[in-house]
Amino acid sequence: MGFKSYCFKKSLWVFHFGGASCNNCDIEILDCLTPRHDLERFGILLVGSIRHADVLLVNGSINHHDRERLIEIYNQAPKPILVVAIGACGCTGGLFAESITFAGPVDKVIPVDAYIPGCPPKPEAIIAGIVKLVNK
Amino acid sequence: MSRKTLIPIGPYHPLQEEPELFKLYCDGEIVRDIQWVTGYNHRSIEKLSESKTYEQVFFLVERICGICSTSHPFAFANAVEEIAGIEPTDRAKYIRSIIGELERIHSHLLWVGLAGHFLGYNTVFMWAWKYREPVLDLFEMITGNRNSYAMFRVGGVRRDIETDKIVAIRKILTDVKTKTDLLTGAVMDDPVIHSRLKGVGILTKQDVLDYGAVGPTARASGVAIDVRKDDPYAAYPLVDWKVITAQEGDVFAKAEVRLLEMYESISIIEQCLKGLEKEKEGDILVKVNEIPEGIGNGRAEAPRGEVFHFVMSDGSNSPARHKIRAPSYVNIATFKKSCVGQTIADATITLAGVDPCYCCTERMAVVYDVHSGEKIMNARELIDKSIRRSQDIMEELKKSK
Repeated sequence: MGFKSYCFKKSLWVFHFGGASCNNCDIEILDCLTPRHDLERFGILLVGSIRHADVLLVNGSINHHDRERLIEIYNQAPKPILVVAIGACGCTGGLFAESITFAGPVDKVIPVDAYIPGCPPKPEAIIAGIVKLVNK
Repeated sequence: MSRKTLIPIGPYHPLQEEPELFKLYCDGEIVRDIQWVTGYNHRSIEKLSESKTYEQVFFLVERICGICSTSHPFAFANAVEEIAGIEPTDRAKYIRSIIGELERIHSHLLWVGLAGHFLGYNTVFMWAWKYREPVLDLFEMITGNRNSYAMFRVGGVRRDIETDKIVAIRKILTDVKTKTDLLTGAVMDDPVIHSRLKGVGILTKQDVLDYGAVGPTARASGVAIDVRKDDPYAAYPLVDWKVITAQEGDVFAKAEVRLLEMYESISIIEQCLKGLEKEKEGDILVKVNEIPEGIGNGRAEAPRGEVFHFVMSDGSNSPARHKIRAPSYVNIATFKKSCVGQTIADATITLAGVDPCYCCTERMAVVYDVHSGEKIMNARELIDKSIRRSQDIMEELKKSK
């Protein structure tokens, strides 16, 4: 067992960074934690500080305002950390890639481990993405 | 002057779902002043809109906000139809209203959940979001997606609601109604929620009128403002419903207005379904060949208040100018009245009380002073400054003559 898989063997704690998003992905992420999908029974918990997190979920297109803050948050994160780009905007910029305030999709700013496309991805898709990432 | 402590909340704070920065200037426990900084969510949607065709803009304005993703296309459709002088068919109007009201139910349930979460009532949070799921299932059944429905287009709607679906919609709605009863009972009768919310963050009727607040924020202070009644559109004049108001203006009144509005929404949907059965199936679209030159104003009542779209057409296939005003833009300004004088602990729920939606609002210019990092100037102040400067120059010119 490698160091990375040893680190992610038990409960994953998640920090959520919403860039310039339309809120859909944010809500679907929260939806994963509420009774129908209830990820908390697997120990997956949304935490308030990046310093406690194992996974960084990033959604929404990144504008110039967010860019510096995303880099700062990534630098503060304990390593190793898994970065997941969620939604069309997080993966490629989506509809907002042509926008004048767009400062690159997430993978141009910080290294990304997994992409979950969809506008917004269904909670099932988010769960499937995380499971694939952990089993990698 | 006494010393004030600055407490920043955000831009990335566990309390918030969206990025925004509040600066609370506190004297001990009491909030004395509040400033807010936005711009973390700016996507230049108005500019993007000018590069897209009318059919494409619907997909763009839908993604202004994921929670009210019907109200923006709704207002845009109203604006473009005003330019083109089109009247959608009755069936299309009913379908539009059904989608709009379903959205109101899911948005209000979402707010009740989040408000419960801010108060430390995670049970209310979990319940409300659990009962919201059937509404999202309905959306998936009708439109094919849980959020961002893509139902609207110029002259009508994209998909029809077939007769066999109406039965299923009725069944789920009855279920939602019983669950709403349960939730309303739990919230309205809880003594802790009473003592936390009553008398907190009061907005008087005069404050609402001064700040021009809209939606449930205004209705909770006794101002019966609702675009669906004041400037009727879609199927709202065809059905019977009433505007819910409360008089107190505190956060409890806002919660009360939202909970009772859900019942009105359910009743509107039931009436729309009855109307839908009378209309001919498949008659959902009026053919539009071109959008003539002109200007159009479109309004729609989003769950948070009035959404306003201004569209200017130059006769081409894309808007020449598109201006959007979201309800949170005016509602956020009321924080100056409602938060000041509260304790820090109550400030949180007061901020949540207007159900602010920043992804809707991010359409303003904000200027920082680089040296102090403190002084914030918004577009209005910039304009004032510019006017003052012009006046100074004029006076100088007069003197030199």
